[in-house]
Amino acid sequence: MEVTETWYLVLSAVLFSLGAFGLMTRRNPLVMFMCVELMLNAVNISFVAFSSALDDLAGQSAVFFVLVVAAAEVVVGLSIVVALLRRQPDATADEFVEMRG
Amino acid sequence: MLEAAWLIPAFPLTGFILILLIGRRLGEPLAGWLGTAMMGGSFLATVAVFFGLVAEEEPERFFIQTLFTWVPAGSFSVDIGFLVDPLSIAMCLFITGVGTLIHLYSIGYMHGDENFSKFFLYLNLFAASMLLLVLGDNLLLTFLGWEGVGACSYLLISFWFKDEANASAGKKAFVTNRIGDFGFMLGTFLVFSAIGSIKYADIIVGANSGALTVGTATGITLLMLLAATGKSAQIPLFVWLPDAMAGPTPVSALIHAATMVTSGVYLLIRLNPVLDLSEPWSLSLIAWIGAITGLVAALAAVVQNDIKKVLAYSTVSQLGYLFMAVGIGAYVPAMFHMITHAFFKALLFLGSGSVIHGVHDEQDMRRMGGLYKMMPITAGTFIIGWLAIAGVPPFAGFWSKDEILVYAWDVNPALWAVGLVTALLTAFYMTRQVILTFFGRTRYYDAHTDEIDAAFAGRIDAASADIEAAREDLVKAQEAIDKAIGDLPKREEAIEKAKANLGDATAAVEASDPDTEGHDKLVKALDKAVKGISKSEDALAKAQAKVAEAEAGFAVAEQAQVDAASRRQGLDAARRNAPAVPSHVTAHTAAPDVSEFEDDLPESYKARQEYHPHESPWTMTLPLVALSGLAIVAGGLNLPFTKDLHFLEHWLEPSLFANEHKLTASGTEKIVMAAIAVAAASIAIAAAFAIYWRGKARPEAVENPALALAVNYDKAIASVAGGPGTDGFNGAAWFDAKVVDRAVNGVPQLISYTASKSRSLQSGFVRSYGLVLIVGTGALAVVLLRSLVL
Repeated sequence: MEVTETWYLVLSAVLFSLGAFGLMTRRNPLVMFMCVELMLNAVNISFVAFSSALDDLAGQSAVFFVLVVAAAEVVVGLSIVVALLRRQPDATADEFVEMRG
Repeated sequence: MLEAAWLIPAFPLTGFILILLIGRRLGEPLAGWLGTAMMGGSFLATVAVFFGLVAEEEPERFFIQTLFTWVPAGSFSVDIGFLVDPLSIAMCLFITGVGTLIHLYSIGYMHGDENFSKFFLYLNLFAASMLLLVLGDNLLLTFLGWEGVGACSYLLISFWFKDEANASAGKKAFVTNRIGDFGFMLGTFLVFSAIGSIKYADIIVGANSGALTVGTATGITLLMLLAATGKSAQIPLFVWLPDAMAGPTPVSALIHAATMVTSGVYLLIRLNPVLDLSEPWSLSLIAWIGAITGLVAALAAVVQNDIKKVLAYSTVSQLGYLFMAVGIGAYVPAMFHMITHAFFKALLFLGSGSVIHGVHDEQDMRRMGGLYKMMPITAGTFIIGWLAIAGVPPFAGFWSKDEILVYAWDVNPALWAVGLVTALLTAFYMTRQVILTFFGRTRYYDAHTDEIDAAFAGRIDAASADIEAAREDLVKAQEAIDKAIGDLPKREEAIEKAKANLGDATAAVEASDPDTEGHDKLVKALDKAVKGISKSEDALAKAQAKVAEAEAGFAVAEQAQVDAASRRQGLDAARRNAPAVPSHVTAHTAAPDVSEFEDDLPESYKARQEYHPHESPWTMTLPLVALSGLAIVAGGLNLPFTKDLHFLEHWLEPSLFANEHKLTASGTEKIVMAAIAVAAASIAIAAAFAIYWRGKARPEAVENPALALAVNYDKAIASVAGGPGTDGFNGAAWFDAKVVDRAVNGVPQLISYTASKSRSLQSGFVRSYGLVLIVGTGALAVVLLRSLVL
């Protein structure tokens, strides 16, 4: 059975859905954060798959940007999450609602 | 020397700033001298620029000095620039010249005022504004000056603002002028939309090149006419000028006679190319407004008793002459009369100020008279001013007024007739004023009506108090009578009792044996009873005497009351018949005879007897002498005999672009006109002498309030503005508060409400944001994919 682009796209869709589902159902900030990473990388997979299928490097260069942005996001995001959890070790994301309108 | 033009307004502006900064420290009289020196400097600068202009060739006499760009706005820009041409310099010469004299005069007039330096602060600011108005090379700069002089006029009319009447006179002037200013602004906008520039140079080019249509030119003319009727006090906006007399007299002379009120006429002459282009009927409108204002104001001046009000209506009337001249295109005579009027009306106002100063702030001519003995310089110069304004040759007013009348005859004999009647009335009321003020009996010392009333009021009050006292005495006497009568029955009873005792005692004596021991005792008792009777009878007699006495007292008190009441009646009658202070006086009106009650007259009367009207100090008389000299010779500016003597006409030619009316009247016609004018003036002066000096007719015949249309118009305006007008403005204020403000405030309120509602979307739950994000992304994907598939 040959592995075609479709497989990669299906994998990408599955990972994205898992990430989205996780983001909305889990309350642990760290897990939610990982779910976001999952969604980002699901998109990366689809980019690479399309890039290879269409023989267009633009898709892969987009992935680089996503990776760079994701790395920066991890730096900022993780430090926020660590800071939050240090203040309140068993906190859930729903407890941080000080900015509510 | 033309470059010195900027110095002309700079001098008084510097004076303003200096007095603002250190005026209080300079105090009196240094602040006044500083202000005067600055005006003098301005005058010298004007003279220098004048000679610079004379040195230029005639067509070159049009110089614009641009200091800097004031309002740069894209293709449109407004400069602080001065337009130096014969017209503006002619204005500047008499503004600074007369202004300097009036500043000098004010040093004497404002002597002792607590706000001495503030007065000169305002005067210098006024002069700077007025010179900006005249010199500005564009409408906006002229408008700046226009508003500046309006503001200074307001500040100076209500200079003694502690008196409510002065403050409201200032407000009236300001508000009335705002209506005119509205016309100025709309006119400026119209000029800008038609030509794209508001520079006079561009307006002149635009009008001559046809860039301006006849309709637009007419519109500009009418709007500027509205502006001019406000500043120059013409129908329908003249009502503020008579009230403006509430200010100190130098202000009336400088602002409300010589300079500011001429700015409307100046504006119209400045825009003469536009006027020339507009429909002829709009020019006729200007002429008729002027002619009718002149007549109506002259009629009102005849019935005025306030020395300054006469001159105020006279000013309105003379400004009407200027409007008439502008309307018929007689720009040179208009300028000529404006200049001579500035001289002699400033002279008359300063003279009246000197009189007011001399007679201790009395302004009513009915209480003057005979002052020429006490203030000879004031009287002499005032008489020169009178001859000038009355149109007696060879004084200045004759030449300029006659010039206007000749032009009026040339254009429309009806205008000439109205002008002639105005001239006649002018000569009449001015003669009346001179006679009432300076000649005849000195009525200054006479008792005033209110003082006579006060004297009688004291006596009547005393009589009333007597009546009251007599009434109280009566009540007391009545009480005494009642008491005495009340005592009588008691005494009678006592007598009865004593008589009974006597009977008992007599019976007892008779019954007893005389030999017994008890007999003596009984006889003694009998004696006692007899004595008791006589005592009781005495007491009764005394009580009766008391009653008689009390009744006599009652009668006395009654008589006193009757006497007091009749005295009071007599006093009331005497008060009614007290020497009438006449409302219309002539030179020989007799003084009210107050010899009978002189001692009762109030303090103000006695203080007046101690005070003696006196001549004013030299700072006040020197300007009077200088101005009277000018009022005599200013006619030489434009003598009509030969073309060579038309100095003013030649001088103004470059500013008028040959737009003025060309006189067609022949030489003979001119001489006949002049003769008629002189005859009219002579008749009027003779009539005034007959009435006010010789007493040939009663003054009531001419001083008829029904003739004073201008005064009645003022009253009508006041009652409309005070009644339905106020309601209208209240309605507008209500509309503003309830409709406009709510609409304006409604928009931010709506935004604020929406924002507060949408704020709740920000729940703070990251997961719900994520849901929204994902749902949104899904929706977007669906939309995009659908467009791809279909």
